[in-house]
Amino acid sequence: MSGLYRNALAWLDERFGAGSVEEFLRHKVIPIHRHSIWYYFGGMTLFLFIVQVLTGILLLLYYRPTPNDAFESVQYMMTQVRFGWLIRSVHSWSANLMIFTAFVHMFSVYFLKAYRKPRELTWVSGMLLLFIVMGFGFSGYLLPWNTLAFFATKVGTEMAGSVPLVGKWMLIFLRGGEEVTGATLTRFFGFHVAVLPGLATTLLAIHLMLVQQLGMSTPPAVEKAIAEGSEPRRIMPFFPNFLLRDMIGWYAALGALGALAAIFPWELGAKADPFAAAPAGIRPEWYFLFMFQTLKYLPSKVLFIDGELLGIFGFSAAALVWVAVPFLDRRIGFSRATRFFTGAGVFVIGYMMVFSWLALR
Amino acid sequence: MKTAAATLLVMMCVLGSARADSRKDSCVNCHSALEDARLLKPAQLFDGDIHHQAGLTCADCHGGNPNDDSMDAMSPAKGFRGVPKKSAVPDFCARCHSNATYMHPFNTKMRIDQLSEYLTSVHGKRLKQGDSKVAVCTDCHGVHNILAVSDTRAPVYPSNVAGTCGHCHADAAYMKEYKIPTDQVAHYQKSVHAEMLAGGDTSAPTCTTCHGNHGATPPGVKSVASVCGTCHVFFAQLFEKSPHQAAFAKMGLPGCVQCHSNHEIVRPSDSWVGTGPNSICSTCHTAGDAGLRSAQGIAHNLGRLDLAIAQADTVLDTAERAGMEVSSAKLELASANEALIKARVNVHTFLDTEVQKVTDPGLETAKKADQAGVAALQELNFRRKGLGVALITILVAIAGLYLKIRQIESKEQA
Repeated sequence: MSGLYRNALAWLDERFGAGSVEEFLRHKVIPIHRHSIWYYFGGMTLFLFIVQVLTGILLLLYYRPTPNDAFESVQYMMTQVRFGWLIRSVHSWSANLMIFTAFVHMFSVYFLKAYRKPRELTWVSGMLLLFIVMGFGFSGYLLPWNTLAFFATKVGTEMAGSVPLVGKWMLIFLRGGEEVTGATLTRFFGFHVAVLPGLATTLLAIHLMLVQQLGMSTPPAVEKAIAEGSEPRRIMPFFPNFLLRDMIGWYAALGALGALAAIFPWELGAKADPFAAAPAGIRPEWYFLFMFQTLKYLPSKVLFIDGELLGIFGFSAAALVWVAVPFLDRRIGFSRATRFFTGAGVFVIGYMMVFSWLALR
Repeated sequence: MKTAAATLLVMMCVLGSARADSRKDSCVNCHSALEDARLLKPAQLFDGDIHHQAGLTCADCHGGNPNDDSMDAMSPAKGFRGVPKKSAVPDFCARCHSNATYMHPFNTKMRIDQLSEYLTSVHGKRLKQGDSKVAVCTDCHGVHNILAVSDTRAPVYPSNVAGTCGHCHADAAYMKEYKIPTDQVAHYQKSVHAEMLAGGDTSAPTCTTCHGNHGATPPGVKSVASVCGTCHVFFAQLFEKSPHQAAFAKMGLPGCVQCHSNHEIVRPSDSWVGTGPNSICSTCHTAGDAGLRSAQGIAHNLGRLDLAIAQADTVLDTAERAGMEVSSAKLELASANEALIKARVNVHTFLDTEVQKVTDPGLETAKKADQAGVAALQELNFRRKGLGVALITILVAIAGLYLKIRQIESKEQA
């Protein structure tokens, strides 16, 4: 077996230098310390993204993106296609778990200051990936063409429409017209299966390349302890030690996805009826809840500015600041954490949790 | 010059209308100051009366001169008609309400045949015979505080009608001399019609729906089916063609009320058909006759379909609660339910063959829905077993990985 592996590697090495990949993997190491657990969430998010791609391709075999057929095609998959229910439920659950692990990964990087020089671009590419993942969630939510999705999309696109100057244009661009119609469904389908995957794959390649290029970051506090000699510098080979540990997590995630899909199959709801009244208690997916609740609390006018508009600008500005954190938090030095940014991170998590909970009440 | 003349004209119109609004009404002025409650009350009540809101005054009904502050205002010479006798009330109201020319400016759609209808009613006929205890306009509509029929406070608003009729008809002492029952309202209150009305459905029948309002008359034996058939059209049509129609006519039995009662029309049950303890059929039919055999057939078919639907419903509910997608099967079951409703209508043919024509396809549909539910539960079972196998496989793989890591790291340490 070992001989066959070596022969195959030699064959590949002659043609495109595969040996350098093996060499890279052999020398790639992962720091070991009390915060090492957070390193696994990046890989977990990547694994769930791969699950999304695979199940998404399978769903494409039956899904028909028209208002007349979308709901029925998903219903057909759920009831008539062998394991169709499993593929659709895994796709839906995996999407939510992926967004959750992406958030955990982002906050762990934030609190461990892994964005500091020279990893600024790794952070920026990661943040852009997070926005794209949320875009996947928003566009995918409409595709089953059920009542909740229809009205949530209506509300979501209306928010985009309230932006001054370009709002109207954005609304028409997203909806493919004045209202949420079949044209919106076609566009969202296009975004979901072509535009966003293209962007995500490119950004993912850049993100992973930067991670490999720059290696894993060691938290400033651990670096300080090592420098002071109170803690030894410990490392673990990426291949196979870390990868095998990663795989344990992936298997666990796969088991969790299977269990969720079998015990709580993703609901289909009722087919969207554009002429029906919006159902009571309509709200977006959980990861948009904190923004949704904030906009609800804002008064219609704050001084002379429209309340909703102020909220949208506020969140946009906060997102920009968040993306730019590596360029703002420059006083970290070698091992000193800036309390302000850590405090801001705690505030953001608390804000998101409290406002999401308020929206769910 | 023209502008000044136009302005003057507009001002005169405005001032003129202001004067009309605040025109003198000595009737209200004097009666409002009286201490005798009998004379004071009309002046107090009239403010909320629909006639007052339409711009009418006391003098429009009672005559007299409202511009005169003296007692001469109530002089017959000035057209004062005073308070009409009860027997004169219908004509008193009809002076305006039967006059199309007078009424149309107020409401072009308002009927003007109330008096002529009233005169055909039992109330009207008895009034003409000198019975002053019967209801006249004011007994139902009120006096001086008359409200529009569409006003929920009006005594003739659909949900208040039974109480208004019951004011006399449920008063045993008042009705004693007429020798008619006084329990109609009590019975009606238990009916499905009253239940619907109480639930806010103002189109549900109340006393006047069947008996008429101004021409109130009890429906005779022959006209019962026509009265019920006004709303229950299909039932009446089937009954007309049924063997019961001729038999009932021959025996002098009323149609619908023979089985459904008249005032206490409760929600019908399938157990009324057949030979069971609640059977209405067996009150007339005897064992072995063709009618009872047909009734048994009807009951059998209804029972079979009802049971099949209930079974399918239970299975589908269980599957749905477990998260299975069974909406198509539920839709199919809804059409089986429609078949049951149609079959219950067809009961009024009193022929088991006619009922079976509807229940058989319904049974087929219910069976398909049930099979879909059973298949969904089997699928659920398969999923759970599959999940168990998958989880065990995953756990074994995780254990294998763990052991492999330990093996690699123990070698590295060595």
